[in-house]
Amino acid sequence: MTKIFVPCDAAARAVGADRVALAIQQEAARRGVTLDLVRNGSRGLFWLEPMIEVETPAGRIAYGPVTPSDVSALFDGGLLDGGVHALRIGRPEDVPFLKRQTRLTFARCGIVDPLSLNDYRAHGGYRGLARARELGPVGTVQEMTASGLRGRGGAGFPTGIKWKTVADTSADRKYIVCNGDEGDSGTYADRMLLEGDPFVLIEGMTIAGYAVGATKGYIYVRSEYPDAIRTMERAIVLAEAAGLLGAEAGFDLEVRVGAGAYVCGEETSLLESLEGKRGQVRAKPPLPAHKGLFGKPTVINNLVTLATVPAVMADGAKAYADLGMGRSRGTMPIQIAGNSKHGGLFEAAFGLTLGEIVDDIGGGTASGRPVRAVQVGGPLGAYFSRALFDTPFDYESFAARDGLIGHGGVVVFDDTVDMARQARFALEFCAIESCGKCTPCRIGSVRGTETMDKVIAGDRREANLALVEDLCQTLKFGSLCALGGFTPYPVMSAIRHFPEDFGRPRLAAAAE
Amino acid sequence: MLPILHDFQATFGCIPAPAVPFIAEALNLTRAEVHGVVTFYHDFREKPAGRHVLKICRAEACQSMNGEAVARQVLDRFGLDWGGTTPDGRLTIEAIYCLGLCSCGPSAMLDGQPIGRVGASTIDDISREVGR
Ligand SMILES: Cc1cc2nc3c(=O)[nH]c(=O)nc-3n(C[C@H](O)[C@H](O)[C@H](O)COP(=O)(O)O)c2cc1C
Ligand code: SF4
Ligand code: FES
Repeated sequence: MTKIFVPCDAAARAVGADRVALAIQQEAARRGVTLDLVRNGSRGLFWLEPMIEVETPAGRIAYGPVTPSDVSALFDGGLLDGGVHALRIGRPEDVPFLKRQTRLTFARCGIVDPLSLNDYRAHGGYRGLARARELGPVGTVQEMTASGLRGRGGAGFPTGIKWKTVADTSADRKYIVCNGDEGDSGTYADRMLLEGDPFVLIEGMTIAGYAVGATKGYIYVRSEYPDAIRTMERAIVLAEAAGLLGAEAGFDLEVRVGAGAYVCGEETSLLESLEGKRGQVRAKPPLPAHKGLFGKPTVINNLVTLATVPAVMADGAKAYADLGMGRSRGTMPIQIAGNSKHGGLFEAAFGLTLGEIVDDIGGGTASGRPVRAVQVGGPLGAYFSRALFDTPFDYESFAARDGLIGHGGVVVFDDTVDMARQARFALEFCAIESCGKCTPCRIGSVRGTETMDKVIAGDRREANLALVEDLCQTLKFGSLCALGGFTPYPVMSAIRHFPEDFGRPRLAAAAE
Repeated sequence: MLPILHDFQATFGCIPAPAVPFIAEALNLTRAEVHGVVTFYHDFREKPAGRHVLKICRAEACQSMNGEAVARQVLDRFGLDWGGTTPDGRLTIEAIYCLGLCSCGPSAMLDGQPIGRVGASTIDDISREVGR
């Protein structure tokens, strides 16, 4: 029976994948052919979604973007044998966007049936856990440290060191918490994994539990991701039935759903939220590794971090650490988003330049207009101008340019963008999402938004810009967490790199 | 407490005021503590929304795809402002900050179903779906 793949990924569904799947089934029924329709995750080539694939002796052949009205003609062209059609892409692996990637964390995403444990195993699943058991808990933590893997949630803290702290803290109970809050605009790597390869997270968290001596894990997923929540919950039930979770496995997992608060992605706020409280940020110390969920030692890691653990363990720390540049080892799933011609998930070793990502891989803008600004690292990340396109994508290089890579989101804007409005939005977002604990963040952001409105209206521009710049200083030094503390990044970078949008003289090209 | 609040909202469409003392007692908390939690999170409503809920993304990646102008068109089409409900109670439109569909923007979600590349024809689809 011919296998046809139509993604169930929320972004593919958002552009009509369900209707395409239905049309394929109806067309097959009409023609009296039986086929095995699999709902896979997305390969992450979003400009081609809905992208369907057919299994043929020559490998999987992709077509896209497919609409329901194309389906009949696709069958006429011999879809089931990978036949010709204007939408035929060929083997997905040969598409340059995929060919140039190094997929470790996303090795299976878009290929397997997300809820098939057989598929998961057939594609290398549970090799990481087996190797962890061979090395023992201490050896596993050492391996994670040696791999150089750093937290993919934004702060870039070395994962092995975090785990060692929890492993070395004795307690009657310890927890593994997966941060799947993914609130950053321009990011969807967590979502794709939850929907496209949920077992990798189960395996990663099981390894973490084994390494530090924790028997219970929570996956905190934002409520904006209903599909992801559903798939993950089903995967947990399947893993329990197979004895991969539960008493036999010595590790339990539960999904918890957020409630629409960006700040709950901050780790201490997330723990408060898991405990059923308002998601207010806790002062550190104590570190979650010492006193985390319910006061117990807790590993809290980003979802991509945990989903990378099986790959690191399966092929060894060295293979992972051999990739990357400087102190940024391994691969990063970069999410090319916004006004990009070839928007999608691009997993690659650290070190590509921003220009390569935006222009070569992303192909410039979707609108066809020139790229003017790029925001990297979510709403707290800096805006970059073309003059900074030589910045290599790694933690330190971005920090050196007063930016951050955050969770790997790269949002492209064309030349219609008004950077004063973007700076205003950054302040407004801070005001909307502030947890309320610090005055500069709670009140200052509201004043900042009003002041930026005056700048935009042309009311005493210089004096008001000076006020905004002062406020940014106060936010930077008077905030307990990065929501207030990093809001100055987008604001100040917009003012610095795009002065002409604030009524200041344009930067001379040479000085840019 | 979040799972309980989500259940309440799924059943009643909001966290009705009379539920607060009930939840407080069940969890051995004060009413103020429960109220504090309900009001902290954007998801929880104190009044029920319309029969359909359309959430439109207002975050950066959707802004870059002209999302604000598209959102304005949708709001105007139904004569609503952010957070508003049509007089016949059919539709509520709310702002949301990122749905994780950022490479297929502008994005929205209608009754939990994701919608990407929102434009003139998708707005018509939405209209049809909510029956207006
Ligand atoms: C306002 C704010 C929002 C954050 N949102 C997230 C998020 O959505 N996901 C995430 O993994 N980390 C987020 N973080 C970072 C976490 O606090 C924490 O560093 C991370 O979960 C640690 O995991 P890692 O070491 O694997 O990156 C956020 C931080 C701040 C200050
Ligand atoms: S900076 Fe803002 S979000 Fe962070 S703790 Fe302070 S008030 Fe809360
Ligand atoms: S920014 Fe709109 S979906 Fe992510």
